[in-house]
Amino acid sequence: MRISRAIASVVVTMMIAALVVAGARPAAAADTIDPDADFKAFRAYFTKLFPNVPLNDFVNGPYSMDAELRKQWEAIDDFPPYDFAIDRGKQMFATAFKNGKTYGDCFPEKGIGIRQNYPYFDDKTGEVITLELELNRCREANGEEPYSYVKDEMASLTAYMAFTSRGKPFDIKIPNDPRALAAYQKGAEYFYARRGQLNFSCASCHVQNPGNHIRTEVLAPALGIVAAMPIYRSEWSGMGTMSRRLVTCNSQVRGVPLKPQDELYRDVEYYLSYMSNGLPVSGPGTRP
Amino acid sequence: MRGERGTAHGTALFVAAVVAVVLFAGAHASAQTPALPGQVLAFDRGKGNCLTCHDIKGGEAPGNLGPPLADIKTRFPDRKELRGIVFDETKRNPQTVMPPFGRNLILTDGEIEAIVDFLYTR
Repeated sequence: MRISRAIASVVVTMMIAALVVAGARPAAAADTIDPDADFKAFRAYFTKLFPNVPLNDFVNGPYSMDAELRKQWEAIDDFPPYDFAIDRGKQMFATAFKNGKTYGDCFPEKGIGIRQNYPYFDDKTGEVITLELELNRCREANGEEPYSYVKDEMASLTAYMAFTSRGKPFDIKIPNDPRALAAYQKGAEYFYARRGQLNFSCASCHVQNPGNHIRTEVLAPALGIVAAMPIYRSEWSGMGTMSRRLVTCNSQVRGVPLKPQDELYRDVEYYLSYMSNGLPVSGPGTRP
Repeated sequence: MRGERGTAHGTALFVAAVVAVVLFAGAHASAQTPALPGQVLAFDRGKGNCLTCHDIKGGEAPGNLGPPLADIKTRFPDRKELRGIVFDETKRNPQTVMPPFGRNLILTDGEIEAIVDFLYTR
């Protein structure tokens, strides 16, 4: 047990070292977990790669990378396709559960203008809590069935919560608690590890190739990639949550997706959201 | 009024017929020079799917994660090298995002040979 753990640790260290050498992981030393140093390296990597993209524009993903795509987006955004989701989410927030409580009762500030604080580390349970997870826990605590994490009602709820938080800078905290640091680190490792028959990591596209095209699609930068969630994707003909994005990413590289809101997915979201600290919430968004 | 519409309708039908004949003739002409099996494999999204990342003459809407695949004879006089890249480019370049088509059994050896044949025509 101890030996296999030691081997695993060496493998991970070597893997990250290899990525750092080639510049794939813009991170500091691999032997200590230092989110602040990672944050600075990550930010510097993207701003150096795209010196002409204003920092706050990274939250607009592919539109910050491609002028033609941006024009199409600005035309669509006069009548955004996610509007129905915001309206529906607002209505759901205003409707009481069978026990008379509401979503607002489960959140600080009644759930308004708080999206930028998610995910957070819960020191009572020692796990990362995302907005989606907290919404379903709220439902269950009030005797309601949980929703599917990937679209429909869940996307409507998070669309409304994001909308009421637009422009607020991400403010993700990693407390000096070994469990929080471990969750952050696991998320980072998942993000940079290759998987699937096609042998892609999340970073293969979103760190190594932002702004480049796969076919006609423009790859989004990892910096700010969480800010527009949930998104209306033309490819999906509908709304999708952060969970949906992670599951489809894994499938596209012919890997085996985890269950939505699996602990590791939440850790990935924790890592990416921390990397986006200071950038404004822009969700809900639209993507091709 | 009705007569005019009828005439317009007739003209449209005639134009459509002419277009159909021309299109059919075009399709027939191109069918005489069938694509190499390797081209079909290279462009198939479920197989090589090379256009996702590479510009290749004859393919539409290419991506640009990898370099354009042109002048292959000049750039890869050694067939073994080109075959090796398709089989597993991570051997040469650990940071590449190119899928290891042979190592991960995305393509069979025969399919890789066919794609290499096709690439030497570009």
